[in-house]
Amino acid sequence: MADISKEQVKHVAHLARLTFTEEEVEAFAKDLGDIIGFAEQLNELDTEGVEETTHVLDIANVLREDKVHDSLAREEALKNAPAEQEGQVKVPKVLGE
Amino acid sequence: MALFDEGYKSIHDRLHKKDLSVTELVEESYKNIQKTDASIHAFLTLNKEAALEKAKALDAERGNADAALFGLPIGVKDNIVTKNLKTTAASQILANFEPLHNATVVEKINAQNGIVIGKLNMDEFAMGSSNENSSYFKTLNPWDLTRVPGGSSGGSAAAVSAGMVPYSLGSDTGGSIRQPAAFCGVVGMKPTYGRVSRFGLIAFASSLDQIGPFTRNVEDNAHLLQAISGVDVYDSTSANVDVPDFTKALTGEVKGLRVAVPKEYFGEGVSEEVKTTVKKAIAQLESLGAVVEEVSLPHSKYAVAAYYIIASSEASANLARFDGVRYGVRAAADNLIDMYKKTRSEGFGEEVKRRIMLGTFALSSGYYDAYYKKAQKVRTLIKRDFEKVFENYDVVIGPTTPTTAFKIGEKIDDPLTMYANDILTIPVNLAGVPAISVPCGLANGLPVGLQIIGKPFDEATIYRTAHAYEQAANLKLTPALEGVNA
Repeated sequence: MADISKEQVKHVAHLARLTFTEEEVEAFAKDLGDIIGFAEQLNELDTEGVEETTHVLDIANVLREDKVHDSLAREEALKNAPAEQEGQVKVPKVLGE
Repeated sequence: MALFDEGYKSIHDRLHKKDLSVTELVEESYKNIQKTDASIHAFLTLNKEAALEKAKALDAERGNADAALFGLPIGVKDNIVTKNLKTTAASQILANFEPLHNATVVEKINAQNGIVIGKLNMDEFAMGSSNENSSYFKTLNPWDLTRVPGGSSGGSAAAVSAGMVPYSLGSDTGGSIRQPAAFCGVVGMKPTYGRVSRFGLIAFASSLDQIGPFTRNVEDNAHLLQAISGVDVYDSTSANVDVPDFTKALTGEVKGLRVAVPKEYFGEGVSEEVKTTVKKAIAQLESLGAVVEEVSLPHSKYAVAAYYIIASSEASANLARFDGVRYGVRAAADNLIDMYKKTRSEGFGEEVKRRIMLGTFALSSGYYDAYYKKAQKVRTLIKRDFEKVFENYDVVIGPTTPTTAFKIGEKIDDPLTMYANDILTIPVNLAGVPAISVPCGLANGLPVGLQIIGKPFDEATIYRTAHAYEQAANLKLTPALEGVNA
């Protein structure tokens, strides 16, 4: 089992834009420690000089013609928005006072 | 014989001869759903009004009765977007989401006059192996209501198994089509990565995800896969390769077929009853003339660890889009960062948060090389294992799952025990190769799945093998649905 501290959990939670209660932080520290510890078995393998597989298909740079076509109408694009104002998506304040 | 036990050819024939109308076919589906789904809980949303309207229109004009999917009722997993039809991926964060467009596979169903019956339950964002991670309700296994249907495409498998729809679509990132197909006793195919467009599939792990069909028999599966396959301008990872007529491969002939059986797929953790049942099926193929030999896929045991790092890393990036800004459910907060955090913490379930956390950790500064890069290198080794075996063999065969369907609640409290359940399906996704699960018998009254893995873009040989076995074994497994039908 790998040691993951509560501070690490809080830091990662902030990066992932998640919040947790103290009990949840404790549970996640244990769970993540277990899973990372489990993943450490990968270190048994010598991967020196092995290239990484990010993608299984041998395709790159798929291009298409640069042609204008119809796009979504504004009101349609706003249909699922939780809040809108004057035809735009409305969000809470971004900058402080 | 129940209507949905007939293959598409028989149904097509009857529709052509007007011995059966599309409306009757679609009504049969909703009748069965009404009768059965109060116990099974496979459907999240029904498309009844639109489906019956379309059926009526097809009957009135006789539409294009030659279209490949003419009149066929199809259930769709709820992570595949459907225009104006609620699509939640079984998450609260998308509880009110009505997509503005159709996934390419749904466009293909519509273009070929198939009928979308409704949206099927799943583990939230396809993360899970039991359907217990749906944020709405648990789907139950039609063979035993105290057991899970598997996951994440549990609703898709259960609906076909229980006869609510003859066909459904699911998605498979680490086994999410094959494992529930095995648990529910139906045929489920994960095609080669790139065979089917992922456009409109709500992304979990983009380098692993593939959409594929569930059916009651192999021939129908081949037919449905063909109908949804092909390169797509909207998915640059879809492969520009020919789509053969898969049903032409179904010759019943496997004489001389070279079958590799990996010893790692019969190791510790695989139950004796599964081993026995699968070995019997392999012996049957041998008696049909296939040449069976034992091989080794030496890196198999590292697949689960590599997978959870890679899949969770990709998921943590893909799920960043659920921020409460443009769609989905938003939690109220005074500033933007708090709004993001509150929306995501309230909207995502526990397993989804666990994987976002794991992925964010693996990708964070100082850990990227040690975990993410390492896992991708191990992925290369796993892929090479398959490449080496496929130099000498046509297919690789083994069990789909280590055990038959487990009890509800049995594994949900321990993530690592749950993850280990995918040990026989995950290597296939990491290598990007195609694989099917086809029913090969019952063990203590529960279905066992035979997994047949093929070379990239050689689904045809998989179907040929699966079909020859199916015809010879002639199992016709259907759950009794005791205590289910009201």
